[in-house]
Amino acid sequence: MFEFENVRIIAAKELRDSLRNRWFLIFTVAFAGLALALSAIGQSSGTQLRFSGYGRTAASLINLVLLFIPLIGLTLGATNLAGDRENGTLAYLLAQPVNHAEVILGKYLGMAASLFATITLGFGLAGVALALQGNSGDVGGYVATIVLAYLLALAMLSLGFFMAAFVKKTASALGGSLFVWLLLVFIGDLGIMGTAVVTQMPIEAVFFIAMLNPLQLFKVSSILTIQASLEVLGPVGVYATEQFGAALLPLATIGLLLWIIIPLIGALLLFTRQEKFVWS
Amino acid sequence: MITAKNLTKRYGEAFALDNVNFTIEAGESVALWGANGAGKTTTIRCLLGVHSFDGELMVNDVDVRRNSKKARRMMGYVPQEATFYDMSVLETLTFYARLKKTPLPRIDEVLAQVQLADHSRKHVNALSGGMKQRLALAVALLSDPPILILDEPTANLDVAAQRDFIHQIQALNRQGKTIIFSSHRFDEVMALASRVLVLDKGKLTLECPPPALVEKLGLQRWMRLWIPPEQRDSALQVLQSQGYAYRPNAHTVYVRIGDAGKVAPLRALESAQIIIEDFDLLDGELVPSEEV
Repeated sequence: MFEFENVRIIAAKELRDSLRNRWFLIFTVAFAGLALALSAIGQSSGTQLRFSGYGRTAASLINLVLLFIPLIGLTLGATNLAGDRENGTLAYLLAQPVNHAEVILGKYLGMAASLFATITLGFGLAGVALALQGNSGDVGGYVATIVLAYLLALAMLSLGFFMAAFVKKTASALGGSLFVWLLLVFIGDLGIMGTAVVTQMPIEAVFFIAMLNPLQLFKVSSILTIQASLEVLGPVGVYATEQFGAALLPLATIGLLLWIIIPLIGALLLFTRQEKFVWS
Repeated sequence: MITAKNLTKRYGEAFALDNVNFTIEAGESVALWGANGAGKTTTIRCLLGVHSFDGELMVNDVDVRRNSKKARRMMGYVPQEATFYDMSVLETLTFYARLKKTPLPRIDEVLAQVQLADHSRKHVNALSGGMKQRLALAVALLSDPPILILDEPTANLDVAAQRDFIHQIQALNRQGKTIIFSSHRFDEVMALASRVLVLDKGKLTLECPPPALVEKLGLQRWMRLWIPPEQRDSALQVLQSQGYAYRPNAHTVYVRIGDAGKVAPLRALESAQIIIEDFDLLDGELVPSEEV
């Protein structure tokens, strides 16, 4: 029988562990510092986007989220689970009156809470700084961007958990998560662009391939929350706006949700069936 | 009561357990005995319900395969080498107490029971191997389960820590707890077990009281003595004259421990003014060849 109380206990432990994790704290301080700096820079200089106040800062923070949150989410998810398995704490925990689902979900929610804290701190500090400067504007879009950043963090964490099911060593999990991060952040974009140019790929194909990347889903949906059109993304953005219109935001959000749910279920199924892996 | 019927565990084509059947009554202390790979640890993992298996395994009328979590509520588990999260002793016990739905005041009781009360604020990484095993025992005892399962619990402990740990388990058995432990240490089995289940390549080959192991398995106990080189020949003469089986080695002498126990050859050498610099026991070793 599934007991949510066990999930809560394990999540609380994971949250506390994350807050004691030196690397996590460095990530958080760096993210918050850069968010604050971007809000200040955004106010003092023009950007290619015609935003003001919260909208301008949200636009700047999107790029920061695209770099930082996948890195933290992937590495935290993959190394935590792989590390617990490698050092034997996972096996010892599973020998207690808990089940796999409670353990995996507890760990997931605990780490998710710590990621939410990082995002909230970064966006919160930037938001407070804007308010102190007397800025107003699209606060709703700003908050929506925060929520979408939460979803991206969950998706990256799910992917990290899923990757942890395939590696035996923590070092491999770290290497794998950094590779996937590079793939999603840089190689994915450049690869699609390069392939599109060389093969003269139709614009709709470029769009659909790009939408397989959870980072692009976040980018599209968050831009849509702070402005109505995707013109800023060029011809692909124009195509997407024309083709999908108002349905694009819910579709991109559903895409992000699928990136959360599918890898997490996959990770749970793999861990439940990998008794020899856990108990090696 | 624990019953296993046709307990079978396969890894691909290989059988880790092959149609194992046994019954363990409440209050018994049962040793799972066998060489590495015999199936001791696999049996324990099946009992805990953390390994899938074929056959039937019942713990106090709970079907382990169908409700392993409920079965685990009745069992406390001490692994060979417990690994804990990055917390203090008290935080560790609090975490597991919450998972086991144990009232937090119980933590003080188990800390006192395993003699870790003075170390509760220590970080787990600051504990010695013996203390870590005692902490694992404390975790196992939190919910006061009727059954304790121990997987080679003293394998990584020094002699003094082994003795302390065994005394604690003996006391728990006297209090009525059912003890199931795996071991390949003959001394441990003799001290703790009321019955031995002998496993060999996944099969249960023998069930007997511990003293019968010596006879039924041709098991002999040996000790290794460190004797100064200048007294070595004299020592061998004494051992021979007293009828002890022995085997000289490069720097040591192996002496078989007979029915008179391990002190007898030591006393014989001591009374002949032979200095014994050190000794250790080769628990559960099969008969060494080239016996003299």
